[in-house]
Amino acid sequence: MSTLSERILGAPAGAYVDRDVDLAFAHDGTGVLTREALHEMGVEQLPHPERLRLIFDHIVPANTGTTATLQAELRAYARVSGIPLSDVGEGICHQVMSEGLVRPGMIVVGADSHTCTAGAFGAFATGVGATDMAAIWASGGTWFRVPETIAVNLSGNLSGAAEPKDLALTYVARLGMEGATYRALEFVGEGVRGISMDGRLTLCNMAVETGAKTGMFYADDLTLRYLAGYGVKASSQVVEDCRYERTLDLDLDDIVPLVAVPHRVDTVLEAEEVAGTHLDQVFVGTCTNGRYEDLERFARIVRGKKVAVRTLVFPASRAVLSRAIERGILADIVNAGCAVGPPGCGPCLGAHAGVLGEGEVCLSTANRNFKNRMGVGGKIYLSSVATAAASALAGEIAVPEVA
Amino acid sequence: MQGAGPAVCLGNDIDTDLIIAGRYLRTKDRSVWAEHVFEDLDPTLAGRLPGSVIVAGRNMGCGSSREQAVIALREAGVVGVVAESFARIFFRNAINVGLPVIEARVPCTDGARVAFDLEEGWVEADGKRYPARPLSERMLAILRAGGLVDFWRASR
Repeated sequence: MSTLSERILGAPAGAYVDRDVDLAFAHDGTGVLTREALHEMGVEQLPHPERLRLIFDHIVPANTGTTATLQAELRAYARVSGIPLSDVGEGICHQVMSEGLVRPGMIVVGADSHTCTAGAFGAFATGVGATDMAAIWASGGTWFRVPETIAVNLSGNLSGAAEPKDLALTYVARLGMEGATYRALEFVGEGVRGISMDGRLTLCNMAVETGAKTGMFYADDLTLRYLAGYGVKASSQVVEDCRYERTLDLDLDDIVPLVAVPHRVDTVLEAEEVAGTHLDQVFVGTCTNGRYEDLERFARIVRGKKVAVRTLVFPASRAVLSRAIERGILADIVNAGCAVGPPGCGPCLGAHAGVLGEGEVCLSTANRNFKNRMGVGGKIYLSSVATAAASALAGEIAVPEVA
Repeated sequence: MQGAGPAVCLGNDIDTDLIIAGRYLRTKDRSVWAEHVFEDLDPTLAGRLPGSVIVAGRNMGCGSSREQAVIALREAGVVGVVAESFARIFFRNAINVGLPVIEARVPCTDGARVAFDLEEGWVEADGKRYPARPLSERMLAILRAGGLVDFWRASR
């Protein structure tokens, strides 16, 4: 009887294994170093370019001549090497992977720490560095240490204004920033049934904030229905009676709107406790909370009203943006006074498009609030989409009303 | 693999944004990363790094997968990084660029000599020897080769 990681990697926790990978991607940031390492390694031909992806999302469109030149070099490399390229505007790598590429049981590696997001499909998905990625592209595989697993056992249902992000902040706070280092998280229990795919992606996305190698859901009917929407057929996965290192029990009915305060993601307070905190910017988007359900929830709250503070909205992908346009919610967001940016990471990593000035305060739906991350001297609070929407309307941190 | 140098003491949860900020990532010029290393943590740190051994607490290198963080430390002349625990991507990245990483819990006094031996699995600090968690044979082989690129070239 095995954990999902043990099953997919085919060995017990603690073992070192060599495995071929099913999907391996880099973005415009890490891809530059991957390309350089491949050059230094003297690798010309890649054995399986169809399993690889280059996805431009971190600084899109390019902000300086240097960035533009680096992206042009990568674009040219994608052409000659045969690696499929998702160019400027297609979306954040983790969302692009979630739109029909990742399937249950796959081994997925990405040159980005939030690759754990794809664990929501019952894949073993983990982040690696750029040089690791070069060796993976060159050989088709890599080594893994099969992780021990911490179960996050969910019961009940989210209620009131709480959303999956609040559950994510809850487990990150409970485990701490290093509570799951070298380990995998498995989200299990009857509570998983009520969490949508977009919500599961949010939950797996933040696994790395506890140090975890990945966060995983078992593929169930909901997963299969979601994948069928992209024309992908897959089989569900059954939870076996297996050995977890420990179990964290969480009752979803107890989850309330939360805010992670500067500068640690595991320092979490109830939104009520920080209500009234002055804001200079609200940022909605990222691989954590830039999906369709997020934009829809945001639009529902700001529809017909005006935001009272600079509010930036970056859809996670072109598909998300397109759907938001079709269903009219983008108009709601724009008419409420928000600035909408192109699909991509936006200002999350502090490189462009909405970075903070000295002393400015931002409420963000992203996953990291490290010191100076979005700009020197800026402060980042992290919250759900509903809390971000309520706060955008109030111009200060506010508790969302029950929908 | 051995190394020694004056200690540079750091705390817990040093994230890769603090090691090299996102605003400096878009370049291939490695000297830029060495120049701005730890700028947001303590701008005076960079000057103390050449020849030093970093001694950190728990969860060293958490956050982003950016390899620029370990490259910055190596380019700045850091001889090795000792920490009570590492974030796993940082740990793999360090080995892949040939920067020795040693998991051990040791006391730290800024400027005092710290020495380590990866094969024998120990760290010496404040005149005492502490056990270090052993690396796998492959990790040692990659480090001995000077990093994954050289390991790859040597094994073809």
